[in-house]
Amino acid sequence: MNAAFVAATTSRVLTQLRRDRRTIALVLVVPCLLLWLFHEVFADQPLVFQATAPAMLGVFPFVTMFLVTSVIMVRERTSGTLERLLTTPLGKADLVLGYALAFGLLAGVQALVAAGVALGLLGLDQPASVPVLLLLTVGNAVLGAALGLGLSALARTEFQAVQFMPAVVLPQFLLCGLLVPTDRMATWLDWLSRVLPLRYAVEGMDRLTGAAAVTGLVWRDLIVVLGCALVALLLGATTLRRTTA
Amino acid sequence: MASVEVSGLTVRRGGKLVLAGIDLSVPAGSVTGLLGPSGSGKTTLLRVLVGAQRFRSGRVQVLGRPAGHRSLRAEIGYTTQAPSVYPDLTARENVRYHAQLHGRPVGRVLQDVGLGGEADRLVRAMSGGQVSRVSLACALVGQPRLLLLDEPTVGLDPVLRRDLWALFRALAAGGVTVLVSSHVMDEATRCDRLLLLREGRLIAEDSPDNLLASTGATGMDDAFLRLVEGVPA
Repeated sequence: MNAAFVAATTSRVLTQLRRDRRTIALVLVVPCLLLWLFHEVFADQPLVFQATAPAMLGVFPFVTMFLVTSVIMVRERTSGTLERLLTTPLGKADLVLGYALAFGLLAGVQALVAAGVALGLLGLDQPASVPVLLLLTVGNAVLGAALGLGLSALARTEFQAVQFMPAVVLPQFLLCGLLVPTDRMATWLDWLSRVLPLRYAVEGMDRLTGAAAVTGLVWRDLIVVLGCALVALLLGATTLRRTTA
Repeated sequence: MASVEVSGLTVRRGGKLVLAGIDLSVPAGSVTGLLGPSGSGKTTLLRVLVGAQRFRSGRVQVLGRPAGHRSLRAEIGYTTQAPSVYPDLTARENVRYHAQLHGRPVGRVLQDVGLGGEADRLVRAMSGGQVSRVSLACALVGQPRLLLLDEPTVGLDPVLRRDLWALFRALAAGGVTVLVSSHVMDEATRCDRLLLLREGRLIAEDSPDNLLASTGATGMDDAFLRLVEGVPA
């Protein structure tokens, strides 16, 4: 691991992202619009918004970063830039961490904007701790990025990479407790959701909003999310190959 | 002394024999041309040297170490045939990234490849020849001891081609070993030594003058034909 290589990679990726204004705008604006739309649809049932908005704040960064990372990584793999980078002194861990930091930063800004809109404009109950909420959001983003990175190895084209989104994200979305609380699901579904990281992301968000203090369970959720992100990053790094047969 | 020494190198890809037991050496500080028609195995050979291609059998020593050795990554500059640079970065930003990965300053490499005036243009907006020179600059910026260049002069006008060959010559004079692949036989005369590949076999390894003399050919295309068809000199 080399800090200078990580920093160089993060700065390179951020410069690339900065050039793509439209993607940045979509990443920042779409979650806010969806939150607002949700707020309006349930205008006469404010409790529904209070119950669901925290979970949405947990899901957005996961989905966005999964998409952005898988497409960018497929591009790196197919354009030859990845093969070339791996012939330089850059280590695989440096590359993966450099990406994770860049996307984590973007996700942090996304979380700040979306949480600001939800809390400030749409009247979502104050969370026990805004910094912990942001930390959990960034954890979700890095988790999404890490899964996107790993699955990009299975995609030959950017088109295929996008198709992985529903396959990876939708089952977790259905099971995470957003649509039906996990304790009202069939037992086997409940157990299935326990091994899927998005459940902890959503649960953590729920436990934070409207609570008076950050409980131990929130910290557990945060650790599970960050742990899964780390494991996914390590697995993602093993899909980078220096040599081909 | 040789920068590259290969003996009995055999590579199979997808069941197809791409390199069939090759022996060759590349002298240090030389400009060596790797010539042959497309599909002859040039790219595969370069990928073996840079450590990106696994091989079945044979011995490959690069700068005195086995190909793919970790320490070689700081000492080899490599460009792929399709320029592998980031289109959404400027020329300077691409070069700066590679400079950082080697812990070297950016210096004047963009001027060296004739892109001094284009440094802040996005690669996306550049012509094919300019993009391939950005890629070359990325390989040069690490101040490598060995340069492996896969068809770096494709699509360039004669003036730029001449300038790049002058650059390769200057690098070699400074002790850098330059191995350049090309399918344009004309470029062969600019090299110190030639490696001629055909269908995964090395059919000649000599200086351009010796090749012309030994085949009795008038030009490189003719020499290649005579070697392939076994026409006696």
